[in-house]
Amino acid sequence: MSSLRDLRRRVKSIKSTQQITKAMKAVSAAKMRKAQEFSLAARPYAKKLAGVLGRVASVTKEVKHPLLNVREPKKVVFLVITADGGLCGGFNSNTIRYAVSNMKDMPEVSMVCVGRKSRDFFRKRDYNILEQYVGLGDNIGIAQAREIAQFIIDKYSSTEVDAVYLVYSEFVNVLIQRPTMLKLLPAEPPQEGDAQKCEFKVDYIFEPSPEEVMNTILPKYITNSIYQGLLETKAGLYSARMTAMDNATKNAADMIDSLTLSINKARQAAITTEISEIVGGAAALE
Amino acid sequence: MAESKQRLEIVTPQKKVFNEDVNFVVIPGELGELGILPNHAPLMTSLKIGEVRIQMDGNTTRMAISGGFAEIVKNKVTILADTAERPEDIDFERAERAKERAEKRLADKSADIDFIRAEMALKRAINRLRMKQ
Repeated sequence: MSSLRDLRRRVKSIKSTQQITKAMKAVSAAKMRKAQEFSLAARPYAKKLAGVLGRVASVTKEVKHPLLNVREPKKVVFLVITADGGLCGGFNSNTIRYAVSNMKDMPEVSMVCVGRKSRDFFRKRDYNILEQYVGLGDNIGIAQAREIAQFIIDKYSSTEVDAVYLVYSEFVNVLIQRPTMLKLLPAEPPQEGDAQKCEFKVDYIFEPSPEEVMNTILPKYITNSIYQGLLETKAGLYSARMTAMDNATKNAADMIDSLTLSINKARQAAITTEISEIVGGAAALE
Repeated sequence: MAESKQRLEIVTPQKKVFNEDVNFVVIPGELGELGILPNHAPLMTSLKIGEVRIQMDGNTTRMAISGGFAEIVKNKVTILADTAERPEDIDFERAERAKERAEKRLADKSADIDFIRAEMALKRAINRLRMKQ
């Protein structure tokens, strides 16, 4: 049995760990609330944009646009968004595993990595990394998404790559983050929902022309998909971290309980031994 | 009976900026300003950097937007803008600085600069400053 002093020392160290995890949980909770707000505020735009694009695409089937060109997918790019930091359970590794499992039946895959965890993973395994974006910070701006979007649009337009997939963790709620994959390029206008289907087909007047309008909408759609991915990853990271830290705090409490019990037992045993020694000594004197 | 009002929604990637029934709205279309009255025909247009003017029960509200596009369908105007700000929300000092910076970059012909980007920045700054008057 470990000595009383060792036990006391362990309890002390676990207590300080518990304090850290508790603090991290509080910090994550605050940051999560903010990130969640941002990601919810961005949803109306994304929804509207998808709706408009779907409606426009349904009436302009004949419009040709470089971003709509479907080529035989020989070279495929995976844009994998993870967080920069860890300490959040399986959050990052789930996303990465999901991406890897989807890559299996793709021909030539190269990577665009967003987030330190994604970069480290794919670099270590010698994937072909075209570009990496790490340390995006807590304040995600549309400008960052635009930069990434511009990069992949350029690659696609110059026919260096034939398809681009976006993989990130969707923020469903605080407890659930679901890895999702989205085909970014060639752009596939979202299919309209059933509710909108029964509406009449809108015969738009296009100004200046359908091509020009597509030209503005498509890059925005891609940028916004990435923006959404960045925001949801941020929100997901903090909620995953909060859950992980909550578990860690609870586990620490359990350990402290069981160690305290061991300490008490050890102390009792020591006292009992002492008493019996005294009693034994007294008896010997009689 | 024709309705005298139309719904106007202005949405940016950050948030929903405006969502009310209005009488008349002027939007800065790619080919020039467009005045939209209720029951307009379905229209889809890209927007320039410019000013949206909204008339609502005799009051006029102005808003600076920096590009995007607008969809008009079924008496509803949806503006999807990159940014949209009311005059009182604009940081004029910042716009002033942005303007100077952009002008400097444009004047510096020798440097290897992104000309289009600087020009867009200048346009945005001027547009914001115009809202001051």
